Amino acid sequence: MADMMVRVPISEQDPKVRATNFDEVCLGYTEEEAVAEAARCLNCKNPMCVGGCPVSINIPAFIEQVKERNFEKAYEIISESSALPAVCGRVCPQESQCEGKCIRGIKGEAVAIGKLERFVADWARENGIKPKNTSTPNGHKVAVIGSGPSGLTAAGDLAKLGYDVTVFEALHEMGGVLVYGIPEFRLPKDKVVKAEVENVKGLGVKFEKNVIIGRSITIDELIEKEGFEAVFIGSGAGLPMFMHIPGEQANGVFSANEFLTRNNLMKAFKEGYDTPIARGKKVVVVGGGNVAMDAARTALRLGAEVHVVYRRSEAELPARAEEVHHAKEEGVIFDLLQNPVEILVNEEGSVRGCKIIKMELGEPDASGRRRPVEIPGSEYEIECDTVIMSLGTSPNPLISSTTAGLETNKKGCLIATEDGATTKTGVYAGGDAVTGAATVILAMGAGKTAAAAIDEYFKNK
Amino acid sequence: MYPILKKEKLSDKIFLMVVKAPRVAAGCLPGQFIIVKIDEEGERIPLTICDYDRNEGTVTIVFQTVGASTERMAALNAGDAFDDFVGPLGQPSELCIEENLEETKKKNIVFIAGGVGTAPVYPQVKWLKEHGINTTVIIGARSKDILFYEEEMRQVATELYLATDDGSYGFHGNGCQQLQALWDEGKRFDHCVAIGPMIMMKFVCLLTKELGIPTVVSMNPIMVDGTGMCGACRLVVGDEVKFACVDGPEFDGHLVDFDQAMARSKQYKTEEGRALLKLQEGDTHHGGCGNCGGDE
Repeated sequence: MADMMVRVPISEQDPKVRATNFDEVCLGYTEEEAVAEAARCLNCKNPMCVGGCPVSINIPAFIEQVKERNFEKAYEIISESSALPAVCGRVCPQESQCEGKCIRGIKGEAVAIGKLERFVADWARENGIKPKNTSTPNGHKVAVIGSGPSGLTAAGDLAKLGYDVTVFEALHEMGGVLVYGIPEFRLPKDKVVKAEVENVKGLGVKFEKNVIIGRSITIDELIEKEGFEAVFIGSGAGLPMFMHIPGEQANGVFSANEFLTRNNLMKAFKEGYDTPIARGKKVVVVGGGNVAMDAARTALRLGAEVHVVYRRSEAELPARAEEVHHAKEEGVIFDLLQNPVEILVNEEGSVRGCKIIKMELGEPDASGRRRPVEIPGSEYEIECDTVIMSLGTSPNPLISSTTAGLETNKKGCLIATEDGATTKTGVYAGGDAVTGAATVILAMGAGKTAAAAIDEYFKNK
Repeated sequence: MYPILKKEKLSDKIFLMVVKAPRVAAGCLPGQFIIVKIDEEGERIPLTICDYDRNEGTVTIVFQTVGASTERMAALNAGDAFDDFVGPLGQPSELCIEENLEETKKKNIVFIAGGVGTAPVYPQVKWLKEHGINTTVIIGARSKDILFYEEEMRQVATELYLATDDGSYGFHGNGCQQLQALWDEGKRFDHCVAIGPMIMMKFVCLLTKELGIPTVVSMNPIMVDGTGMCGACRLVVGDEVKFACVDGPEFDGHLVDFDQAMARSKQYKTEEGRALLKLQEGDTHHGGCGNCGGDE
């Protein structure tokens, strides 16, 4: 009998091997492993895990079906709540969500809910099982701006309620951060993201790429000229921040967005693709979030020695624990409690190094985290040829600045109620466009809530 | 898909294409640009809009072959199609916005077009003519055989001057020198628009600063998405960092840091060279360039 206190281990590519390729790191559960892990679920009467899931998947019910080997039924249960289970099972920070609430986690290890969700979604895809739409069309047209996690979720939910939904995407691929941000080794594009977008398409949602709302057409024009009666804005937070330190315009300094877009969306890492990418010898990644981990692990796979420079300590790293662990295993070096103060530039205008100052933690700031304080005189220089700024992102002002009556707060985020209603009637919003950069699953939760609110709006109209 | 309806070779390395892209044609204005991507493997290439027909739903682009991607584009013909064609992007030229018309009418405007920059100057001059505004246009080129759009420009410009570096056609000298010559003859301008290679725009700005003519330039830095999400196209204008794709591409030329912009535009020079060699030499390319290690 297996030890019920510890989870069934999952197989992963060997760190030394995977550090040189872009194939998925985590290989997922086999059927036997999934069934064995499902058996660890206590099927609580009052399941805390469900409350930890932003889209409230009926977790014990789907796990029960996995235990009974009814994988198709398990998929149906998940699909009632989530449009992107193969994505969420891979990228959700489960330790602070569903798995963080699992009773098993008190004395032992929490049930591997994310890995089980991923198993079910992958099994369904491999067996050609797709979510179904049994609604009858109600004739109302809704526009969804952005094909990231919030937009895909809102679109899927609205289609299942009978709405005629069109998703408008500015880039040439659907998926938002799922295609340009999160790398292939965490989230395979063709296998997983494309398949999940196809599933949403299968629900009757129409997609139009290469349309930039605010330039190609405005929200007001969509309503007045193209007959859309409601709009959901899920345009995300894609505007990169820079440090505004000397040398930042030098060749070799990139935003993480640029570096990852070149690699993930434009497939610069693949032979035969036209987009170039800087394959540095020694790379400094500034920041400590998931995006920083993605950029660092990407640079490593392109052949560089990689240093993550973060101004707080390990305990404050905002990235998922699993990603930090993976990055360390692969050989990413963490320079903690340090911060760049200047980028050093050679005669040709290219990066030759970084001047870095050491920090210590002081009093907690407004966010409750201990504020990093510079240690005077502790500056040192590190040689490098590439610097990737991963300091966070904020919403792009293009939509708010071209839509009359749509208000934003000081940070440029759209102002919206908890249901996603913006300051403009019939226009709803959710995800990073409202909250600023957050997580995939929170964006999906917001898309879900807004879809329900849009349905209410039509009923009361 | 975005079908190519017409392709024309304007000069040795300069090509014109008319592309069916109804959403872009419906809302675009002079000064804005598009991003085109040939196929799945292609990169995203920014090009300024050179003409448009709202009724036909078409947009005209003009490009010069400078690397592997533009060579590959030049190999396409009418009947082929682009996978992706997105826009309009960027801000319209301030001269070509209806609300600014009264202000624009007061200006005595000179355009200086350099090389392939002639094409994006055209829709601005055309728009101004349609709105009853006179313009002086100087087209500068290295020599006669790479000069194009002469007839088209003559139709819309009030006065047209042609300049070639080698004197093979029109004024002997570059666009800057032609402007200086006109100034010396007593012609006066109070607004200048310069579009062309960065080095040319830099020298126009040095001259117009001296002459006291406010000057607008259209910047062409490296871009990826063209929507403001990456900052690849960032430039220093005055004391501020601007993203050319959303804040521009047109800026006050007297505030642009051209030296930095030119250094940044060379960022991928080696990769571009390798890609071009590989395309030209195909299977025969085995690292003769000494850089790329052949087919590794």
